[in-house]
Amino acid sequence: MVDYIWLVPLFPLIGFLINGLGRKQLSKSLSGIIGSGVILASFIISLLIFNETRAEGFTAVTVNLFEFINVAGLNIPFAFQVDQLSVLFLLIITGVGFLIHVYSTSYMNAEEPHHYARYFSFLNLFVFSMLLLVLGSNYLIMFIGWEGVGLCSYLLIGYWFKNTEYGNAARKAFVMNRIGDLGFLLGLFFIIQQFGSLTYTEVFSQAQGAGVGILTVITLLLFVGATGKSAQIPLYTWLPDAMAGPTPVSALIHAATMVTAGIYMIARSNILYTLAPVSQTVVAVIGLATAILAATIAIKQNDIKKVLAYSTVSQLGYMFLGLGVGAYTGAVFHVMTHAFFKALLFLGAGSVIHAMHHEQDIRKMGGLAKKLPHTHWTFLVGCIAIAGIPPFSGFFSKDEILTHAFAANPVYYIIGLLGALMTAFYMFRLYAMTFRGTFRGTQEQEHHLHESPWSMVVPLIVLAVLATVAGFVGIPELFAPDAHRLEHYLAPVFAVSAQIAEGHHVPASTEWILLGVSLIMIAVSILYALNRFSKKTETDEATGFGKVLANKWYVDELYETVISKPLNGLGYVFNRFIEKSGIDGIVNGVGRSVQWGGRQLRLLQSGQVGSYILWMVLGILIFFVITLFI
Amino acid sequence: MPINYYIILAVALFSIGVAGVLTRRNAIIIFMCVELMLNAVNLLLVAFSKMHYANAVQLNPASTAGTEAQLFVFFIMVVAAAEVSVGLAIIVMMYRNIHSVDINFLNRLKH
Repeated sequence: MVDYIWLVPLFPLIGFLINGLGRKQLSKSLSGIIGSGVILASFIISLLIFNETRAEGFTAVTVNLFEFINVAGLNIPFAFQVDQLSVLFLLIITGVGFLIHVYSTSYMNAEEPHHYARYFSFLNLFVFSMLLLVLGSNYLIMFIGWEGVGLCSYLLIGYWFKNTEYGNAARKAFVMNRIGDLGFLLGLFFIIQQFGSLTYTEVFSQAQGAGVGILTVITLLLFVGATGKSAQIPLYTWLPDAMAGPTPVSALIHAATMVTAGIYMIARSNILYTLAPVSQTVVAVIGLATAILAATIAIKQNDIKKVLAYSTVSQLGYMFLGLGVGAYTGAVFHVMTHAFFKALLFLGAGSVIHAMHHEQDIRKMGGLAKKLPHTHWTFLVGCIAIAGIPPFSGFFSKDEILTHAFAANPVYYIIGLLGALMTAFYMFRLYAMTFRGTFRGTQEQEHHLHESPWSMVVPLIVLAVLATVAGFVGIPELFAPDAHRLEHYLAPVFAVSAQIAEGHHVPASTEWILLGVSLIMIAVSILYALNRFSKKTETDEATGFGKVLANKWYVDELYETVISKPLNGLGYVFNRFIEKSGIDGIVNGVGRSVQWGGRQLRLLQSGQVGSYILWMVLGILIFFVITLFI
Repeated sequence: MPINYYIILAVALFSIGVAGVLTRRNAIIIFMCVELMLNAVNLLLVAFSKMHYANAVQLNPASTAGTEAQLFVFFIMVVAAAEVSVGLAIIVMMYRNIHSVDINFLNRLKH
């Protein structure tokens, strides 16, 4: 079955082509069925392959498709690598992707047929690119997928392209991603220069012989790429704006899959990072800083999707913290659980927005629990999961990361815990303001409130079940010995890193204390938020420090002042003086001198045949003089 | 006979031709002057050919050096004949159209 791995990305590509080329002909139901069906087919194949990789003693398989680049001693095949890590990501992408496709068939139902098909073709293209990204057996294939998902993200953020603001958000996302991609690309060049290959197995086997300096440069450059794609400081500002896209897109691309590409990349290159401790520290610190910064911003946001967006940025920060402290399994585990509960939360938010007729301001919601019972319950499950209450999935993965962080440096743990408290707080603030209390919207909105159709509710329920139970694949050592099935499964991928890095160990008693303290604090934080926002909500504008948070620490304004404006000014100066007078001057000068010369030479062309012959004879005479006397 | 006489005659003929082309405006006379120049060159070719042949034969009686030039002369004559027919035809057409063979009349491309 592993040899048929190419079928997995092929199906979404076919779906993209059919939906994209036939968008004028296909009916809405047909394009929805094609769009979802191809993902389902990929999912089934992924499941079969997953079954094979679970077997004891399965080693990574490279499936060579064709020779891609072979020039000057650099050989880059178009090949897929099937191992535990890539197959786990396959399952997340196609599984969650399929649910979101099904959800989209209803959510996007108000669109025109050809826009509807365009939506599904973009979504399929996205899944295809994402599958390429995780399946590639070398960095170049990963980079192709990396760029592909960036493109699809741009296309889908700007899906409603008639709205200028959405178009700007799309461009912002694209440009921010490009900045990161440049770092990634430079990292690849350094890898080629150092190792002479981009294939994972070859690079990693040589990595231990390379100098720490070059590895640090490579890993930091790759991390720049990750900060762009996975929305970390300083390139995170595009992700909240990316909420301009349709909500299922936010769920699939900007929560569950694309933004975890950076985590995948670092987990894939874990050996390089383990060998470069400086980069690991940078990753951990940036991750932690992002986690805490985004969490503070999320507290004061009033747009249901913005809260979730900042929450995503914050959770991604935790994943990077996990990668930075060497908890690669924990980070991948958190990717998985996060994919479930964040997709669930986004789809739940989409269901609310659908019911509220595209109202996204939580100050105008409230009391939706009765009107949208299924959405309410599943959303609550998502909130509990992300807050980290056992036995929901978020608890296990976040706890694993935080425990490793404590082992690496207790300061990481304290700050991380603070972020986790804020997570619980803002999620339950969101929950309380949306579903508790009384309805604050207009009467007309209240009249139209309705539970979403089944094709939207069923994905919610499936994701809610997953968000509840997914944690049990990673039960920590503390509760039951040798029960961490995910760690066992992923062990071959991280084996070399585990050998190199010294294992930190936290005594069981300390771990119990940490667990108890964090759980109590999270519970208090939740109860406070529920109590604070259920009855009376903050409908007035924020003041004082809250205003700083509501305005996202003015980071966008800071970038505008520090980067955009000077660049625009510089551009104006260059345009005015170098372009207009310099370059244009040269070009126009050449043209003018040719015209002038032409006007002068024109006088020679008198039209008198006699004068032509005279010139000819004079020319010949000059030649004679030259040849005879000189 | 020394070669000098031939050269002086040919140069004189050629110069007359050039002077005629430069100074006259009548197309037919210019044409005749061009022919004069051609024949001056022909004369030179034959003269030099003869000179080389005479020198070579003195060294080796079987030599044929320099005789190619005489063949060239025939070529030039044939080509010149063809050219004359074309050129005269052009002049005839010119006269039919503008009733003149004055070449200074033909400067319409200038405007």
